[in-house]
Amino acid sequence: MAGSGPGKALPVRRRRRRHSQWRGLLYIAPAMALVIVFFVMPVLFTGWMSLHNWPLLGSPRWIGFNNYFRMANDGRFVSALRFTTYYTVIVTIAIFAVAFPLAIFVEKHRRFVGAYRTIIFLPVVVGLASASLLWVWLANVDSGFIGPALKALGLVEKSPNLLATFDSAFFTIIVMVVWKIAGFTMIILLTGLQAIPSELTEAARIDGAGRWQRFRYLTLPLMRRTIALALIISVTGSILAFDQFYIMTSGGPQNRMISVVYYIFNQSFVSFNLGYGAALSIALLAILVVISIVQLRLLRVGEDRP
Amino acid sequence: MSLSSRRRARKAFRAESTYHATGVAIALFFLAPFAITLLASFRHGTEARLPPLPPWPANGISFDSYRSLDTFGAGVWQHTFNSLLVSLATVALTVAVSVLAGYGFSRYRFPLKNVLFVLIIATLMIPFQSILTPLFIILARLGLNNSLFGLTLVYVTLQLPFSVFMMRNAFDAVPKEIEEAARIDGARDLKLLFRVLMPLVLPGIATVAIFAFLNAWNEFLAALVLLSSNEKYTLPVLMMAVRAGRLGAVNWGAVQAGVAVMTLPCLVVFLLLQRYYMRGLMAGAVK
Repeated sequence: MAGSGPGKALPVRRRRRRHSQWRGLLYIAPAMALVIVFFVMPVLFTGWMSLHNWPLLGSPRWIGFNNYFRMANDGRFVSALRFTTYYTVIVTIAIFAVAFPLAIFVEKHRRFVGAYRTIIFLPVVVGLASASLLWVWLANVDSGFIGPALKALGLVEKSPNLLATFDSAFFTIIVMVVWKIAGFTMIILLTGLQAIPSELTEAARIDGAGRWQRFRYLTLPLMRRTIALALIISVTGSILAFDQFYIMTSGGPQNRMISVVYYIFNQSFVSFNLGYGAALSIALLAILVVISIVQLRLLRVGEDRP
Repeated sequence: MSLSSRRRARKAFRAESTYHATGVAIALFFLAPFAITLLASFRHGTEARLPPLPPWPANGISFDSYRSLDTFGAGVWQHTFNSLLVSLATVALTVAVSVLAGYGFSRYRFPLKNVLFVLIIATLMIPFQSILTPLFIILARLGLNNSLFGLTLVYVTLQLPFSVFMMRNAFDAVPKEIEEAARIDGARDLKLLFRVLMPLVLPGIATVAIFAFLNAWNEFLAALVLLSSNEKYTLPVLMMAVRAGRLGAVNWGAVQAGVAVMTLPCLVVFLLLQRYYMRGLMAGAVK
């Protein structure tokens, strides 16, 4: 662009561009300031802190990589990792198992389908903390709703305490999260479904492909990218889970529901081992980066065969 | 002929009925928790400890649960005010900062432009849950610990990747000719931005504002960590005290009332502005 005009116009143009260069930076300056102070600095600072014994009061002491060695022998961290993985796998499967049929259900052009979509989506816009509180009450043994309702229906003899054992509490949390998140995944999958040209499905039908065959050999492959995207969102979201365990079970029976973020929270803000908390954060970041890379590969594979 | 068409019509009717029966059952599952909680929150205090069957207020509507919610922390008004203050300030700052940045990224050329844009978007890659510990220390060093303003700044930063991306696209979609015409008419820079371009990117601003509001209103972990004194708590943090109960007894009526106070604004905002919310969801998902 600079070399395109006649010779005489060049200096004027160049001056205007330099002028506008500064203006552009000026416009983005507030955003950059926030990102540097509340994002870049904390990220770098996490690394620095992780090499220290950093109590809340008193001065930090350099201890090299000791926090990381400590992590390797920390049974509670290992079990938090194991629990988070378990939760992520189960919840992701559960969300897909519910959201996929829902997406197919609301894709049809029928009356009231818009209303169904909106209602299924409603829980997505309320907070996870609100949803957790709501379900804590629903699941409460006597004055909650679920237990007495089951009893009234004659399904159980005595109202069960759903949050008392690991399995029933875990199941309740999964139901809550599916209720809260399924609408979101449904909408993502719906856009993928709607992008499939109807001529293709029609042609397959004429060729004699049954409903299942059409789904298995047409819909699923064509939705690979959308599915990968919904998977990424679900997996990364689940790895960071905290609110539901903190609010619904306070870590659960025998502290078996401590997720990784919950454990970082405990180390940093309950025990005030800020340096160790930072080292744990770095570990969490590393895990997320590895998962992101793997998943981006997945997405790219989806792109190769659209 | 008429027989077969009648049979077909009956078959279609049956399929239609099955579809809507399923639809209503699904809708009930997603709506019932809200409806039951809201109804139960209007039961009399004496009813609140009884099993919630029926869940609606059998002895007339009462605000006992809301009144008892008010006895926690510094009172429910104070905490609702804190939540509103933080959310609205987050909306205002996010809109201001992201409109400016979106305009800058869309219309100007400057060194390192792409690097800086990627840096803002990269905020998405590293979740704030993993930098809470240093954020806590940095805010303390800035004298912003236990401050609603400090929390707001954190929330604004969390909103930036999505908002700046959204606003840049909104400005990109405005034809250059409109801007040139306005320039010829004598409008410059900020005047051009506010008088001519702002009305054109209003849908984008609405989307950014809704997401900023909902995310700030609903956020729990950062508020829990960064606020330390009782009277500063936002609603989700206050609710931890309600949920814990007093002397081993949990006031479930207060929990229901609190859930109602926390969820209703979200539902109303979403139902009124669905279109802008969905636009943002699609933009976020495609990215």
